Amino acid sequence: MSDLLDQAIVVTAIAGGIRLAVPLLLAGLGETFGQRSGVLNLGVDGIMLLGAFAGYYTVLQIGNVWLGLAVGLVVGAVLGLATAFISVTLGAEQGISGIGVYLFGLGLSDLLFQKLVGTPRPIDSFPRVPIPGLSSIPVVGEMFFRHSLVVYLAFLLVPASIFVINRTTFGMNIRAVGENPEAADSVGVSVARVRYATVLIGGVLAGMAGAALAIDLGIFQQNLTNAQGFIAVALVYFGAWRPLGVMGGALLYGLVNSVVLQLKTLGIIPRSWSDIAAMAPAVITILALVLVARRFRQPAALAKPFLREA
Amino acid sequence: MRRTTSMRWLVFTAVVALVAAACGGGDEGGGGTEGGGETFRIAVVAPSASNDLAFTQSIVDAVNRIADERGNIEVAITDGTFVVEDAAAAIRDYANQGYDLVIAHGSQYGGSLQEIAPEFPDTSFAWGTAADTFGLDNVFAYEAASNEGGYVMGAMAAMLSESGVVGIIGPIEVGDAKLYVDGFAAGVKATDPEATVNINYTGSFSDVGLAAEAAEAQIAAGADVLTGTAQMVVGAVGVAKDKGVLWFGTQSNQTSLAPEIVVASQVYHWEVILSEILDAIGRGEKGGTSYEIDLANGGIVIEYNEQFELPDDVKQKAEETIAGIVDGSISTE
Repeated sequence: MSDLLDQAIVVTAIAGGIRLAVPLLLAGLGETFGQRSGVLNLGVDGIMLLGAFAGYYTVLQIGNVWLGLAVGLVVGAVLGLATAFISVTLGAEQGISGIGVYLFGLGLSDLLFQKLVGTPRPIDSFPRVPIPGLSSIPVVGEMFFRHSLVVYLAFLLVPASIFVINRTTFGMNIRAVGENPEAADSVGVSVARVRYATVLIGGVLAGMAGAALAIDLGIFQQNLTNAQGFIAVALVYFGAWRPLGVMGGALLYGLVNSVVLQLKTLGIIPRSWSDIAAMAPAVITILALVLVARRFRQPAALAKPFLREA
Repeated sequence: MRRTTSMRWLVFTAVVALVAAACGGGDEGGGGTEGGGETFRIAVVAPSASNDLAFTQSIVDAVNRIADERGNIEVAITDGTFVVEDAAAAIRDYANQGYDLVIAHGSQYGGSLQEIAPEFPDTSFAWGTAADTFGLDNVFAYEAASNEGGYVMGAMAAMLSESGVVGIIGPIEVGDAKLYVDGFAAGVKATDPEATVNINYTGSFSDVGLAAEAAEAQIAAGADVLTGTAQMVVGAVGVAKDKGVLWFGTQSNQTSLAPEIVVASQVYHWEVILSEILDAIGRGEKGGTSYEIDLANGGIVIEYNEQFELPDDVKQKAEETIAGIVDGSISTE
């Protein structure tokens, strides 16, 4: 009996960590594209919030979770384009304009929620889809192979991102534009076009991250993301601008969070330590990633607007 | 490069303007000051959304109820001021506009209020949840004996739990949340000394995702009855519903979140003490008193979910416990 209980606790902690990692992973992967091309988008959290509200509201009205996810994605794309316009075409100071986008998303998502919904009303969540075969492996199956499709998709995007960044012409252009935009420009690569594309990808994935969060929780509330978008940006830095690093960071952050919750529940972490323990995920993740990733350096042109001298 | 500077500022200004427009939209009322004369004007500044099914909604509902009851009261609300500086600006604004009573609904606003109140000696301020009026004679304080309702529902939880494990999800171990959590735990233990009460404070009032995982953790540890406090619990209620685990709500009636599993909610009726505050102001007092809502004065009410089939003995236990707390024969310690 006690063995069964322990097992359930470990399974829940690991599966919970994976769930918590998903929005960070999606948003972080998107941000990786932007930053590798030299654009720092600090507005991720604002885009996530609007994606979250759009996805939530769609499901509330129409009842289809996949349509909700799609609408979140489209809203993310629109905001991605707006961000690209501000930081690429207008060459705005990225640290400041990103905060502007964040505040815009935070305010507008809350305003729309207040006006259109009001009291939080529950919606359907993504169905869990056990993977045939793998999901029946004892313990492991329950931890890894009984999630919603969004969870699998998020993790499949990791190898896909690695492939795009390292193995395709587009990826080569991203890296060139992020390291030395002048040189890329002189050989005929459109810096603006590449950066628009990467920021658009970032917007789409941030919108998807937000919608995935809201629909997975089955609820929306003011500031639902609780600054997860900023954590995603931090994970890109500490993950050394590599999809695997971002995934590692997101997983570590999610797992430490869920393990700490579990240890608190069981009274292993005493209540007087509760507030300190709440900081553990951030501290442990940053330490681990700094140790692993310190030999990598950031894209040389990161956060520097590129404006062709006429 | 130089010539882009003005464009950058243009964009920045445009974004800020949009943000300001979006945030400003949260305000309601406030305009139309031609009322004058007899109309009593109340302003509320509160941290989360007016309809958060929790802390903020409790005061907004109460102010609206008392305005309906008494009539001739104008109400203005600024919600969503989770940033204390924003709240302070709103409090000062309302005082400047000559509101008769400005309610700062959040213990985190105390420091700001202590600075602002002395500047407006003709305005009454009320703040909660707190017991401290700072020795200022134009500040009222109010709090809720949330341990009382917690204790009653804890007793019910102990009877409803089949696994003998009850889980409580808190935000940060302070104030109203701590009172409620401790009261609930004491209620469980007093009814079933054998029961296990697992308490986890997530460390956040607003992290809905973390609250959901906290519920998962509680259920994995064997809990079949859950409760929690603060606005982030909507995430936990969703998990409880998915897993078919019972839920007790607090601060507002949370039945609408999950009619299948919400057993009862402790609801704050601040209008009980608001009424006393208005009477005091009517007598010419501007402040200096602190108030508490509890089961005895009707400011705390246990609202049962009509759709939930509550066994008679549990209901009876709840009513006996309420009576015991009111007459003092039961201590919630």
